[in-house]
Amino acid sequence: MDITLQNVEYRYQANTPFERLAIEDVSIDLPAGTFLALIGHTGSGKSTVLQHLNALIKPTKGTVKIGDTTITPNKKQKNLKHVRQRVGIVFQFPEHQLFEETVEKDICFGPMNFGVSEQEAKARARRAIQQVGLSEEILLKSPFELSGGQMRRVAIAGVLAMEPDVIVLDEPTAGLDPRGRQDIMNMFASLHQERNLSTVLVTHSMEDASRYADQIAIMHNGKVERKGTPAEIFSNPERLLELGLDVPEVVNLQHKLESAFGRKFAKTCLSMEDLAEEAMKLLKGGDSL
Amino acid sequence: MMEKMIFGRYVPAQSIIHRMDPRSKLILIFLFVCVVFIANNVYTYAALIIYTFAMILLSKVPVRFIIAGLKPVFLLVIFTLILHLFLTREGAIIFELGPITIYEEGLRQGIFISLRFFLLILMTSILTLTTTPIEITDGLETLLGPLKKVKFPVHELALMMSISLRFIPTLMGETDKIMKAQTARGVDFSGGPIKERVKAVIPLLIPLFVSSFKRAEELATAMEARGYRGGEGRTKYRQLSWRITDTMMLLLLAALSVILILLRT
Repeated sequence: MDITLQNVEYRYQANTPFERLAIEDVSIDLPAGTFLALIGHTGSGKSTVLQHLNALIKPTKGTVKIGDTTITPNKKQKNLKHVRQRVGIVFQFPEHQLFEETVEKDICFGPMNFGVSEQEAKARARRAIQQVGLSEEILLKSPFELSGGQMRRVAIAGVLAMEPDVIVLDEPTAGLDPRGRQDIMNMFASLHQERNLSTVLVTHSMEDASRYADQIAIMHNGKVERKGTPAEIFSNPERLLELGLDVPEVVNLQHKLESAFGRKFAKTCLSMEDLAEEAMKLLKGGDSL
Repeated sequence: MMEKMIFGRYVPAQSIIHRMDPRSKLILIFLFVCVVFIANNVYTYAALIIYTFAMILLSKVPVRFIIAGLKPVFLLVIFTLILHLFLTREGAIIFELGPITIYEEGLRQGIFISLRFFLLILMTSILTLTTTPIEITDGLETLLGPLKKVKFPVHELALMMSISLRFIPTLMGETDKIMKAQTARGVDFSGGPIKERVKAVIPLLIPLFVSSFKRAEELATAMEARGYRGGEGRTKYRQLSWRITDTMMLLLLAALSVILILLRT
């Protein structure tokens, strides 16, 4: 399913003394199958953009197209359930949304809201709990007796069980240990491939953005500052540093090597293996470059 | 949808009302609540309305904002009005249609009582809009100070109040967040039959309770870690100062009461 944001503007608490412009003139294209990473500082408007992807908020200007549904500032939308079923959002600290008596019931909650039968929902719950790397026994426990990391996974399973076409992740690994981070990111990456999902990842980690995304959008002060493939974005690290953002370790290293060799590499490498290969080429057949 | 709520919210501005001593504001509100009951005819209510709107103007809080924020309260006011309209059976009949009869006294009382109610809410809103929660509790603590002599836990009460006021916006934000998360999971908070709507509240309330308890516990730990041991021997960083404007404001209210007493029938 394609999602398009066109010149979207959003003001919080419009027409009150607390009015605040959150995003302005944001245009983002999200064709089916894209893995987009949204990067930016806290308060740059990432989370606001994300809420538009699922029609949780209505733009104060511009249009949002989600599949066949168009959302404009003045149109009243009655039933958005079909949109929400197809776009699953994993919010920041999703464990705060758990409420049922058992993990199983909580995971089934989403699908059953969208009219999936109880039997099917339970089957989905079993699949989802395995996808997030937990065992089936946990299904019968209360979500409130789990550890923080387990709760996070259960909450994620609750969104996966809705079987959305687009999955939106708002810093899904914040506050997890390094191992848990990697597990969860790998799981999303493989899901993305297997199910041919569209994925939107809001993150502070340049490493994750460069490793998993095929498109990166950089937000700054409520606007999209730059858009492009990871290679394009990271080929010009000076601009990123100006915005106070980091670049991945690999890119950093490449730039150090380049200044040490006094030469430019043929491309911007996004993995250590790539970089090693490029460096080898440069050292062996340096003259041809 | 929570964005327009104004209860417990502070609108920073530079105005006479903002600069008033919280003690005088509290006394003023307390007296106003009594004074409102003096009014009993059109002239006295007109005087009250003029006074209240003068206060709103002085506070420099946008009128539109206050009106928008009080929308939920309007419902309550209208409800009071309707109750009085239909349940009071005194005076001349002014309207009759089948089983519905409206009496003159009912209309009069309905309008006056809901107006009284409305003015009280407006004035108390001005208090919370122009005074930070900390100022309010500071003021309350000093005003209630004498009660310490009879072992009344004034400090604890003030602390409880400041904590609950402080967390209203936090709780609102949290409510909004969880509502969005559950909406994304297919809950419909805004429509559908009553039964469905009541059911929709559960996935909202339980996470709110859980996080509130957690937050309370963390707050207690944090306070203890910073050496909090109750009000005994605690000094104040913010000193309250009573200024001429505070006295003037109280005199203004006194003048209003005199006018009301003269005009009342």
